Amino acid sequence: MPKNPLPNLLPILRRELLGYFQTPVAYVFITIFLLLSGAMTFYMGNFYEREQADLGAFFTFHPWLYLFLVPAISMRLWAEERKTGSIELLMTLPVTVTEAVLGKFLAAWIFTGIALLLTFPIWLSVNYLGDPDNGVIVAAYLGSFLMAGGFMAIGACISATTRNQVIAFILSVVVCFLYLLSGFPLVLDFFQLWLPQLVVDTIASLSFLTHFTSINKGVIDLRDLAYFLILISVWLYANVIVVRARKAV
Amino acid sequence: MCLKFLYRNTIYFMTQNSQIEMNFATMSASIVVENLVKMYGDLCAVNDLSFEVGPGEVLGFLGPNGAGKSTTMKMITGFLAPTAGRVQVCGYPVDEQPLQAKQRLGYLPEGAPAYSEMTPWQFLNFIADIRRPEARDSRLQWVIEQLGLEPVLHRPVETLSKGYRRRVGLAQAILHDPEVLIMDEPTDGLDPNQKRQVRDFINEMAQDKIIVISTHILEEVEAVCTRAIIIAEGRILVDESPENLRERSRYHNAVTVQTKIEESTRQALQSLSEVAACEEERDGGLTLIPKSGRVLEEPVRGVLQSQGLNNVPLFIQPGRLDDVFHELTQHAEESTA
Repeated sequence: MPKNPLPNLLPILRRELLGYFQTPVAYVFITIFLLLSGAMTFYMGNFYEREQADLGAFFTFHPWLYLFLVPAISMRLWAEERKTGSIELLMTLPVTVTEAVLGKFLAAWIFTGIALLLTFPIWLSVNYLGDPDNGVIVAAYLGSFLMAGGFMAIGACISATTRNQVIAFILSVVVCFLYLLSGFPLVLDFFQLWLPQLVVDTIASLSFLTHFTSINKGVIDLRDLAYFLILISVWLYANVIVVRARKAV
Repeated sequence: MCLKFLYRNTIYFMTQNSQIEMNFATMSASIVVENLVKMYGDLCAVNDLSFEVGPGEVLGFLGPNGAGKSTTMKMITGFLAPTAGRVQVCGYPVDEQPLQAKQRLGYLPEGAPAYSEMTPWQFLNFIADIRRPEARDSRLQWVIEQLGLEPVLHRPVETLSKGYRRRVGLAQAILHDPEVLIMDEPTDGLDPNQKRQVRDFINEMAQDKIIVISTHILEEVEAVCTRAIIIAEGRILVDESPENLRERSRYHNAVTVQTKIEESTRQALQSLSEVAACEEERDGGLTLIPKSGRVLEEPVRGVLQSQGLNNVPLFIQPGRLDDVFHELTQHAEESTA
């Protein structure tokens, strides 16, 4: 059997995940997530009035929900450890930076996955009320989960740059907001003024919304999957660099 | 390099007179710090520090606040990267083979941070998951017993007293029976009983480990250390045994007359040619400080006897560490100011 290249990934992941459920963080987050996603589906998404047997009204609001809720989780990933000094403990254990970064990220991502899975009653409801295309719903859940991962990776990296959780939260929301809307005039107009069209087009193609919407429609395009996976990898790599660089400060 | 190490240790052990045998088999169990420098922007926190610590030594790192003690420890444990210079732990360079070095290290960071929402049991299990000590269960049992964590084992760390938190930190540091134990202010903020417990514990650990502690409590150096390094402004001022350090004190071999004496006796004592200075004690006694290298006891007894005082209790001072510390660090601060 080949040697496990990341032997300490699992202990770190387990400890982090345990941490959520030992503090009110998990329960508050899950409750608020379920309440908000439900309220948005029924009141803003007009779930009943649409009279369509799908979960479009439910998933449409996920990007906006994540914009605030995911940074609320990611802000503490590194900033809190720096504040309490436990980072000194973690980084003097025989673990690699990669193990620590991946372990923390995966635990946080799995945690949002758990919150997402707990929305299953809405799926049961729509199946009870009508005859939806469950393939589309599964695809949309996958897309939503990937998008949460993208937000989380951005937030994790930003959290590593500061010891202040409020700063980490605000910066993460801003960066996530830019990613979300990078295909829209709000962001593009700003870049159009001083950047060549090629760069502006690239920025436009980075939009979360564009990629999420297509998965949401049930079209699992390899490019959309790759987009989120690459985005997560890039931000996690940046996270590793930030943690390493702060050693030298 | 190796020769230099041998040489320095031999000299050191000769002056110590306490360690006669040198165990060559455990020579690799050592800390070697070479020309360590740490800059924070323009501020030089650690300035060209070099020293070596061998088996059986308990090194006390002394210095005023901000002298660079913690920074040095953070570089030895691999938490901070040095601006220049290198550190080896048990033969492994911390910058190039951090995992091997960290496996051999136990570290108690300043203030003994832990994951506060976890219970000591969960926390120590997490450390064991990563450290993977041999005979995991019995080892866990052993540290819990050693540090008396049984009563608080299932209460969140954040609800524990300072003393217990420190013990959780110590338990974490020795769980894997490391060859090198580094503790940043292990007794800071503890009450006298807790301080004593921690010191007893360090003394117990000292037999088969290299221990480095930082402190600004001088009594601690006397209680646990075989060697003391005083640093100020990131430089080593002195590197010797606590006994030798005390001999640097102007109070070394000073004689205290522990009773009230007549003015005439006092003047006779003061005019002795061996006396450099004298100080009134709070209880009315008199401390006579010798000129360097002179012995006072005999002449003082002579004077007292000639005054008809035969059974006056005399106390020969071993020297005061706080005095030496003050002299040395004060001087460093003045020279840089």
